[in-house]
Amino acid sequence: MSRRYDSRTTIFSPEGRLYQVEYAMEAIGNAGSAIGILAKDGVVLVGEKKVTSKLLQTSMSTEKMYKIDDHVACAVAGIMSDANILINTARVQAQRYTFMYQEPMPVEQLVQSLCDTKQGYTQFGGLRPFGVSFLFAGWDKNHGFQLYMSDPSGNYGGWKAAAVGANNQAAQSILKQDYKDDATREEVVQLAIKVLSKTMDSTSLTAEKLELAEVYLTPSGSVKYHVHSPDSLTKLLVKHGVTQPAAETS
Amino acid sequence: MECVFGLVGNGFAIVAADTSAVHSILLHKNNEDKIMVLDSHKLVAASGEPGDRVQFTEYVQKNVSLYKFRNGISLTTAAAANFTRGELATALRKNPYSVNILMAGYDDEAGASLYYIDYIATLHKVDKGAFGYGSYFSLSTMDRHYRSDMSVEEAIELVDKCILEIRSRLVVAPPNFVIKIVDKDGARDYAWRQSVKDVTTAAV
Repeated sequence: MSRRYDSRTTIFSPEGRLYQVEYAMEAIGNAGSAIGILAKDGVVLVGEKKVTSKLLQTSMSTEKMYKIDDHVACAVAGIMSDANILINTARVQAQRYTFMYQEPMPVEQLVQSLCDTKQGYTQFGGLRPFGVSFLFAGWDKNHGFQLYMSDPSGNYGGWKAAAVGANNQAAQSILKQDYKDDATREEVVQLAIKVLSKTMDSTSLTAEKLELAEVYLTPSGSVKYHVHSPDSLTKLLVKHGVTQPAAETS
Repeated sequence: MECVFGLVGNGFAIVAADTSAVHSILLHKNNEDKIMVLDSHKLVAASGEPGDRVQFTEYVQKNVSLYKFRNGISLTTAAAANFTRGELATALRKNPYSVNILMAGYDDEAGASLYYIDYIATLHKVDKGAFGYGSYFSLSTMDRHYRSDMSVEEAIELVDKCILEIRSRLVVAPPNFVIKIVDKDGARDYAWRQSVKDVTTAAV
């Protein structure tokens, strides 16, 4: 192990690896998972919440899903404080674009721009990389609905279905088998919940442990980002047979 | 005495500009093309300080090209117009560009459009617009005769009326004009209107 070479983030090891970037990905591998799937009429993001306590004010904030601009949202996996910085950066970049061009920033350009920022932390400055992986879901007039995954190295790719965080490889292989092109949003929600229930460590899946968001077009043509309420989630989980319906109290 | 004007027709936009390059009382040349092809489907007709005009329009053109190379898609006319306005606004309180611009373009979604951008970064989307002393005559003429959805022939008739008005009523009227058009097939030269060809030395 070339430990001597990994205390500085910005240099290669003799084997040609960037250890700090790899360690960042390790950190993300221990964090709550997130899955994104493309449907023909939208994009679905689902995330596993690690912080579940009755005392948490869930109505006021989300843990996994964030809106970047009216037409783009993201799910995060990794160190939350790092994620907040990058989410803010992405928001500023999106608004800067709109200020300059008076148009929404194309989704791929936003992802690329954020990834350029992340790459900087792997090459200069002497600072560690961000310990976050993102799933970006959005719509633009050039390519319609899109899903992108990015990691601490600053690499990104466009995906039909992707998973980040804990057990992401298991989730990815289930997605590979079960993903169908041109599925509806409803079918995709079902698939996402199914995959998450299979790969999550916890024994039972309840609405408090999940966040589910959809990006789609309203009939008037504007992009909508909708985070499901706990009630709506519970109904969905029952509908897709993941949890048993609550017993009738007599 | 620079004259620039333009209008939007049915699926196209036309801009016309005089072609005199003037320095004080001297006419350098009378075939200076002041309408730049910004990209395949955009035209920029500019008037103002000659140095600023070329510098600024080339700067915008190169940025529009850079966007296309970086992102694989072209900017819409509206986006390019807003970008241009933003650059003028940024320069305004330090080192303003003395350039007035009419930006004409065609987009598949928005159709033909014309943007009026003056040197202090005013931006308006318009059906017809004009800059310079000639604007007193061309705007009035266009106001009188313009209808929406004119054909190319009708629009050129109106452009020629404006040129005639400028030639007959503006005291130091530029003799020559260039007319360019942009539609779904792209941006291109339409015609030149020359009442004075380049002067060559008289044969003795």
